Amino acid sequence: MKSIYEALVGIVDGEHVSDRPEELYIYSFDLGTAQPQRPDYVVAPRTTQQVQDIVRLANREKIPVVPLGGGLSLAGLAVPLKGGILVDLKRMDSIIEVNEKGRYAVLECGVSQAQLTSYLARNHPGLTHSEPGAPPTATITGNVMIHGQGDLSQPYGFNSDLVNGLEVVLPTGEVCRFGSCAIGASWFTNHPLPDVGLFFGWCGTTGIVTRLSIRLYPAKPIRGVGQFVVENEELVPEIMEKITRTQMAEDIIAYSRAIPPFGMGLQHFTVNIAADSEKELEFKQELIWDDALGEYIRRGDGGYLGFTRGLERPQISKTSDYKKGGGFEYVGGIMPIETYPRCYRSGREISERHGIPYTVTGRCIGVGHSMMFAWTYAFNRADPETIRQAREALHETDDLVLELGGVIWKPGTYGQRLIMERLDPGTRTLMKRIKEVLDPGGIMNPGNWEGI
Amino acid sequence: MPLDTYKFHDIIHRCFRCGYCKFPTNWMDVNNCPPYARFRMEPYSCGGRLWLTRAWLNEIIDWSNHLAEILYSCTTCRNCEIKCPLGFNVDIVNMVVAARGEMVEQGKLPPAVKKFLENIDLYGNPYGNARSKRGAWMEGAPIEQYDGQEYLYYVGCTGSYDTRAQNSSKTLGILLDKAGVSFGVLGSEENCDGNEVEKLGEAGLFEVLAEDNMARFNDLGVKKIITLSPHAYNAMKNLYPRLGGNFQVFHYTQILLELIKAGKLDLSKGFNAKTAYHDPCYLGRWNGQYETPRELLETVPSLKLIEMEKNRDGALCCGGGAGNFEIDLLGGSESSPARRRVREAAALGANVLAVACPKCLIMLEDAVKSEELEDTLAVKDIVEIVAGACCT
Repeated sequence: MKSIYEALVGIVDGEHVSDRPEELYIYSFDLGTAQPQRPDYVVAPRTTQQVQDIVRLANREKIPVVPLGGGLSLAGLAVPLKGGILVDLKRMDSIIEVNEKGRYAVLECGVSQAQLTSYLARNHPGLTHSEPGAPPTATITGNVMIHGQGDLSQPYGFNSDLVNGLEVVLPTGEVCRFGSCAIGASWFTNHPLPDVGLFFGWCGTTGIVTRLSIRLYPAKPIRGVGQFVVENEELVPEIMEKITRTQMAEDIIAYSRAIPPFGMGLQHFTVNIAADSEKELEFKQELIWDDALGEYIRRGDGGYLGFTRGLERPQISKTSDYKKGGGFEYVGGIMPIETYPRCYRSGREISERHGIPYTVTGRCIGVGHSMMFAWTYAFNRADPETIRQAREALHETDDLVLELGGVIWKPGTYGQRLIMERLDPGTRTLMKRIKEVLDPGGIMNPGNWEGI
Repeated sequence: MPLDTYKFHDIIHRCFRCGYCKFPTNWMDVNNCPPYARFRMEPYSCGGRLWLTRAWLNEIIDWSNHLAEILYSCTTCRNCEIKCPLGFNVDIVNMVVAARGEMVEQGKLPPAVKKFLENIDLYGNPYGNARSKRGAWMEGAPIEQYDGQEYLYYVGCTGSYDTRAQNSSKTLGILLDKAGVSFGVLGSEENCDGNEVEKLGEAGLFEVLAEDNMARFNDLGVKKIITLSPHAYNAMKNLYPRLGGNFQVFHYTQILLELIKAGKLDLSKGFNAKTAYHDPCYLGRWNGQYETPRELLETVPSLKLIEMEKNRDGALCCGGGAGNFEIDLLGGSESSPARRRVREAAALGANVLAVACPKCLIMLEDAVKSEELEDTLAVKDIVEIVAGACCT
């Protein structure tokens, strides 16, 4: 009988399977504060068929399977908590189709954010996708799977709301398709077939998405960022409400941070505006800065800091080097916008208690229906004490999110436990049944949503 | 070695493994780090190498031949340094080289690396060929031994011994002679420049080579040097001065361009081909020479210069740097950087892929054969193109 290693080599090839210490070490880590845990094998498939064969092998051998995209959730979601086969999906990186008229792209699961941004800019400059502020290697699929957001979330909602169809390898190895592609049509819509909703937010415990169709939007040639600042955090929710009411902004972010010191305590807004012409830009600027926010400026409560043309895409983030320590992690909470002042004050208090310069950010989602509020904690990877401090702060923040009436976004195992404690019993039972039906062997990313 | 005695112990932990280093400047794919492009497994990424180095120095993982091959698969192309936005980016390659240096100190090297270094130590070249044969390439050409001429033409190991690269060496000598340049070569007295030795972490051997070369140059009164290879150009321009070297160093493309501008070479025969230029890492990213080779190509009548999407500081390395043209840790696959690169040129519709480095020349020409593109794409050294356009 062949060993699991030999079987994996037979499925993929010898160069993309490893059980050697070097691969197991590197793939044991999340990039945040989660404790590392080594897989038993690492495999990098190239095709959906290979993913199916790996999953079937895992079922036969009763060994866990952990799917990995960009590995940038920072919540430990792809740490192989119970060992097993770690499946690095980044080799599946073909952009299969871009439909200009239907405004969607069909992608393999390993396509990165920057790859799609670059591809569209070079080949379809009239189209764009909702790009998160994550590092450019973050995958489109990984972001969608965790209900990510991006720089078009203000008008269009969560990135997981922008999906037109999926191809999924189920935990038992079958391939399923969802959306219009399921009836052999093109991948242009996710509606109106029955909504199965079985894969987003499940942290890879219900299957491996191998392809998806994502909606694209008009890329206007003039894009830029306007900045506004207020001192009083209590004003942030109403300002967000006023800007969203204009329906003139692509992205609205409020943030406050301890560094640089002169900005500490101030609430900054960045507002992305796009236009096809100078006339349109002027009109949008007037509606936002004069009509919506003029009163704050006139009263002396707020200040317009100017408009910078050009949008950095993908965004360059230097957050991990704040402490010259190579590490940061954040808790993201999906929050009602009116909680911004309390989110800010509590986050600042937690940071200061743990000796970490505070950084908080709120991104408006879906015309103000909610915001993703991020509490970021930098640490020094060479100093275990700072990692411990950050981990404690993160756990306190998970508690805070629920206390303030929010929902923890992409929760790690600690946050998952908090959610499960509060979860409606009926919902919990249904989730348990779904999990048992889909994954009878319990092989998919075990340790996540455990005990549901 | 414990981590705290490692030269970069205070910064190596700062890599977050965000992956910017995998991309070219236009973000089109994650295949611009040669080892990651070849294997597409995280240990082969720039961040993977740095994290593994730290784990090895912290004694969390043991040395293994596989670990060493992961570290030695880095071609030192510097794409990572161009793309990493963080403050320590200037030392990324240095961190890898320092880790290799520790492996050299401990005598723990992959066999191919060990052989490469041994050959240079014993024979003055990585191929293990006799020193006495080093000047054989110039037989029949109007090339003189250096004896106080204005320029020393330094050929380097690849140009001296590799049969394909020898054509570049000889052609350059003939062109320089035709243009009336006062130059001479060292022939069998020439020794390895040491650029690859330094990048493989053998600092001691590099110093021996550099000091030996500098002493010979000084004894002969050399003031100006023309190099065939960007690797030698880098060593003599940037590394030798740290050891007291004081020479004016030119890559041959700089000299040829000046000669053409001065009307000393007549290119009126022209060269009719759609030509893409491949930036060698040690001319481009290491020395900022992006435009001179292009300007030179544009002086050639009938030549149509086209640009690959990955160009200048976003160019994909051929996979031959830091000894990999001989150690060959990145070969043997359609994912090898050189094969990716020639596919890119072919897809663009180029008839000729122009290079300015003998290592790129042999790497890419082999790749053309592996890809079975010989009928549509030729790899040519710029010196060969200029010579082809030159009226006799």
